[in-house]
Amino acid sequence: MHDLILYIQSYLDSDRTPGGAGNIFWATVYILLVFGGLSVAVIAMNWLERKILAHMQVRLGPMRVGPHGLLQPIADAIKLLLKEDIIPAEADKIVFWIAPFIVVLAAFTVFVVVPFGPTHAITDMNIGILFMLGVSSLSVLGIVTAGWASNSHYPLIGALRSSAQMVSYEVAMGLAVLSVILMTSLNATGTGTLSMIGIVQAQLAQGEWFIFKFFPLGLIGFVIFAIAMVAETNRAPFDLPEAESELTAGFHTEYSGFRWSLFFLAEYSAMIAVSSIAVTLWLGGWLRPFPNALSGPTWELVFSLFPGITFVLLALMCFYNTARMPKHPLFKIQTIGLAGFGVVLGVIGLLLFLTPVRVRVTDIFWFAAKVAGFMYLYIWYRGTFPRYRFDQLMKVGWKVLLPTGLTLLICTAVWAMRSDVWFEVIVPLWHYFVGILHWLVSLL
Amino acid sequence: MLAATMIIGGVLVITRKNAVHSAMALITTLLAQAALYLMLYAPFVAGVQIILYAGGIMVLFLFVIMLINLERNMKERQFNKQWLVGIVAAAALGGLFIAVYTTTTRGKVLFPEGRMTYGESQNTQAIAGLLFDRGAGQYMFAFEIASLLLLVAIIGAVVMAKKRI
Repeated sequence: MHDLILYIQSYLDSDRTPGGAGNIFWATVYILLVFGGLSVAVIAMNWLERKILAHMQVRLGPMRVGPHGLLQPIADAIKLLLKEDIIPAEADKIVFWIAPFIVVLAAFTVFVVVPFGPTHAITDMNIGILFMLGVSSLSVLGIVTAGWASNSHYPLIGALRSSAQMVSYEVAMGLAVLSVILMTSLNATGTGTLSMIGIVQAQLAQGEWFIFKFFPLGLIGFVIFAIAMVAETNRAPFDLPEAESELTAGFHTEYSGFRWSLFFLAEYSAMIAVSSIAVTLWLGGWLRPFPNALSGPTWELVFSLFPGITFVLLALMCFYNTARMPKHPLFKIQTIGLAGFGVVLGVIGLLLFLTPVRVRVTDIFWFAAKVAGFMYLYIWYRGTFPRYRFDQLMKVGWKVLLPTGLTLLICTAVWAMRSDVWFEVIVPLWHYFVGILHWLVSLL
Repeated sequence: MLAATMIIGGVLVITRKNAVHSAMALITTLLAQAALYLMLYAPFVAGVQIILYAGGIMVLFLFVIMLINLERNMKERQFNKQWLVGIVAAAALGGLFIAVYTTTTRGKVLFPEGRMTYGESQNTQAIAGLLFDRGAGQYMFAFEIASLLLLVAIIGAVVMAKKRI
């Protein structure tokens, strides 16, 4: 028993991730935390999407189920769990059962390497970014088999379109990611790294987020990845394969109840996963804004107060809306509920002002805040842009993003090595060319 | 256990009547192979195997399988009149492999008793060194030629599949 406690405590002062330190207990704790946090995030995304879309369309969104619709996702989850599980008549039962499983597996396994802080990842693989890209490409297989197993033409067309779109935009994503990996190698030792934590540490060491590096090359890479990641997750404006007005919900038409909610869960998890890739690679991961420009102990203090201030602001918004609730006896429970929610948020905010909590949470907070910004962008795109037609979609993927990505890669490489390009590339090529000319002349 | 998964997956690929089931068994085999690469301390090769093979090539396989109507083929009875000769030939080949690996010295080198354990970070750097280094890296030319070959294959496929406008 004492050995167990020692084992648990031996990790607490470590400066490596639990996977790196080989500590199974803490690795399991981190896995459970990430899984739980992800589930809460998906539920919150459901509510936020409906509310934010509604406010963008000048309407209110769900207001009835809980105070301001806060319990709506829970009501949706209960409904989906209780729905009848229909399998189409001649569908392939094994493949039909396995398809949502593959998609959810791929979407959740990606989070093993997502870095919430310098030691706050489940493990830090040396091929972190490669692992993330690879596992997220396994979800394409799940979608294709889902469309096939439904034994009906709408899902099949939707699945084939969706997987063609995902495969096309994976190429553009890979090229943008490659340009960032190039930038990580511009540090003192001259070797880059594929590990997610290493990429953020390279940004810290080089003193600028990669989105601003070699301006505008970092920015163009970020924009390419931002567009490709929206297409990769089949979200608006690239959601033709699952658009309700076009293909009657595409590849998940025949899935009902719990199986559909698995696809839904996987879609939102994939959104969060590719957003975390974008945040880690371009926006500096867990680093606070201006890590080098505004440095020093006072600025550290100011920036470390942000988590607490955010939650206290949210609590104040809850209290303000509680005051605005209608004073009708039927609204009593909702008013009390909203006030209670505000109190919980306020308590969390006050807890986040304490120094030991502040020091540990600040990395996770900045990472989560940046990913939350990306989630808002996703919802904004859905509310603003009209849908791309499928041939326009493929045209953008292959004819616009791919050449731009290749040019970006070449330009980044040339600009990064600009001091070496003359002597290492141009001069030897010139000598080679002159040698060929000499040989040709000697033939005469 | 990984090797058992691979072997079972491989057997399932050739024994299933439904082509989609065979493709899924092949995906399992490829994922087990990626895990075997990981156990051999080659994480880069494992990652690239998952991205390209399991995530790219198998998707294309599945596309083709789904666009061809295989209903009639599934219902036909499979017959094979040469099964005896097949078994004899496979057993002979297997026996030859076992004989080579266990008795000759070159065969013994292929399965060393101990395994070399590289650091995890070295695989990517080592591959990059082989491709790009000035002294040791002679593989860049072959790499580029291989990619040119693939490009020719893609162009050929596009040209053959184009509609005559």
